[in-house]
Amino acid sequence: MTMLSFEQAPPISVPMRFFLTAPIFGMLAGALLLWQGPDALQSRWAPATLALTHLVTAGFMLQIMCGALLQFIPVAAGGNIWRPRVVAGLIHPFISIADLLFAWAFLGADLRWLDPAAILFVAAGGVFGLAAGCAVVRTESTSPTVTALRLALVGLIVTMLLGSTLVQAIQGRFEAPLVQLTNLHAAWGLAGWVLVLVMGAAYFLIPMFQITPSYPQMAQRFLPGALTAILVLWSIQLTLNERELWEDVALALVMVIASMFASTTLWLQSRRKRKNMDPAMQFFVVAMVCLLAYAISWPVLRYNPGCAEHPASSLWLGSLLIFGACTSAICGMLYKIAPFALWMHLQRIDPSFAIKLNTRTLLPEPPVRRHFYLHCTALAILLSAVLSPALAHLAGALAISSFACLHWNLIKLVRKGIECRTGC
Amino acid sequence: MQRLTQSLQEHHEFCDEIFAAAENAALSGDLTEAARQFADFRNQMEAHFRAEETLLFPSFEQASGNSYGPTEVMRGEHRHMREMMEAMETSIRDGDAGNYAGQSETLLIMMQQHNHKEEGILYPMCDSALSADSGPLAEQLVKEIRPGS
Repeated sequence: MTMLSFEQAPPISVPMRFFLTAPIFGMLAGALLLWQGPDALQSRWAPATLALTHLVTAGFMLQIMCGALLQFIPVAAGGNIWRPRVVAGLIHPFISIADLLFAWAFLGADLRWLDPAAILFVAAGGVFGLAAGCAVVRTESTSPTVTALRLALVGLIVTMLLGSTLVQAIQGRFEAPLVQLTNLHAAWGLAGWVLVLVMGAAYFLIPMFQITPSYPQMAQRFLPGALTAILVLWSIQLTLNERELWEDVALALVMVIASMFASTTLWLQSRRKRKNMDPAMQFFVVAMVCLLAYAISWPVLRYNPGCAEHPASSLWLGSLLIFGACTSAICGMLYKIAPFALWMHLQRIDPSFAIKLNTRTLLPEPPVRRHFYLHCTALAILLSAVLSPALAHLAGALAISSFACLHWNLIKLVRKGIECRTGC
Repeated sequence: MQRLTQSLQEHHEFCDEIFAAAENAALSGDLTEAARQFADFRNQMEAHFRAEETLLFPSFEQASGNSYGPTEVMRGEHRHMREMMEAMETSIRDGDAGNYAGQSETLLIMMQQHNHKEEGILYPMCDSALSADSGPLAEQLVKEIRPGS
């Protein structure tokens, strides 16, 4: 039963390739915002906005989450990923190329590039879903985290399939309710995949990293499944009448669940036994505050006659959710997972490293704290730019800086690992 | 009815609290208190390891006929954690709060993942395999981790 062993962790190159590539896509998104300026914040439907959104959601977020899961599933869930090097070797270039093609399709106004992008995204999703799915289905663990991982993988596959359907519909190959389909694609991606995954990881990681009480059993068992069920029902309703009503009902329920998760997490963090709040956990606090702000903003904007149809509303919500909540949560978890993954790798090579090194000698706190401050500044300016588009260029520059800071921290981490292997 | 491994699971939480107290003291600069709390933490961890290695694991191995599976993995991780605790004691003795903080962070992750695997996989296997003779064994486990009880 070697499934319980740290030795099941994949080779370090498996997650690291994703971790090192992802911030580059974040920087590209920042560069696009810097270049396009206010034009990128006119409407969620603007080509630059669509490109920018997917550079962050697929290029940055998806890459990090795939890399993290390839590390997390074997070590924490006791599941064996089939040939992790092969899986990573396929999905890493697939996602990277697909995302670049996607952005180019919108920026170059040539939607034909969406077809190869969609094929590569679906192929990557299929390979990853199959490999990770088999691992989490076969594990003997029955923890809520494993259940959430299973549901999140379903969310990923559905997101990819809806995306490829949209690609066909956008190019006029068949009739489809584009707005509702796009909203559903975004909901499955951000709620069904990202939020469910963050929940499952948080149930394990927050009590672990901060020695908090466990999440309430009801929250652990109920929230991810409820979120997925709401999305399934919403998807079915897309084929029926009263689509807008069902969309509103579904979104309202999603906001309730998001609020419950965010407020429970903040409450648990306030009851932590470890008094020191390191910058990685500070990222997570910001993520939960933004998630709560998002859940509160939605009904206010949706049911305020002056705001509902204003383009800035969806941009405000998107910025809060994608950059504020998701990117912050991912950075926080990454700063915990990456140094520990490297530490495990080094002590497998030479057991004496277990004593000579620790996660803070590999990645000290000060550079992480600097990134945290930069990230918060970028977030504040981005949200301000939604209200005052003249700030868009500055928001872009700060976004580049923030992702570049993350990238540099990860490069230094890898360099430290290489130095240690050659004698530190 | 209480599970066989319930006391061990509760002891995980107890050790977590002392661990946090030691770390909080070290980070606030009170190395005397940190040393005291850490000594207590280390003693509790040793008691826990002893309870598992001398009582629970041998019983499970005998009942399941498997000596080279999950229990061997757990023993290996106990060895790692013992080495790390030894190094942490040295850091406190040397007054190196910075090094202690990094070692503490690393031990915490290792320890929590170890506990998660025990509570999620190994303990349920033990509860199932040893259900017939759990009464006396449960009492012995409690005596090992709580000598005064």
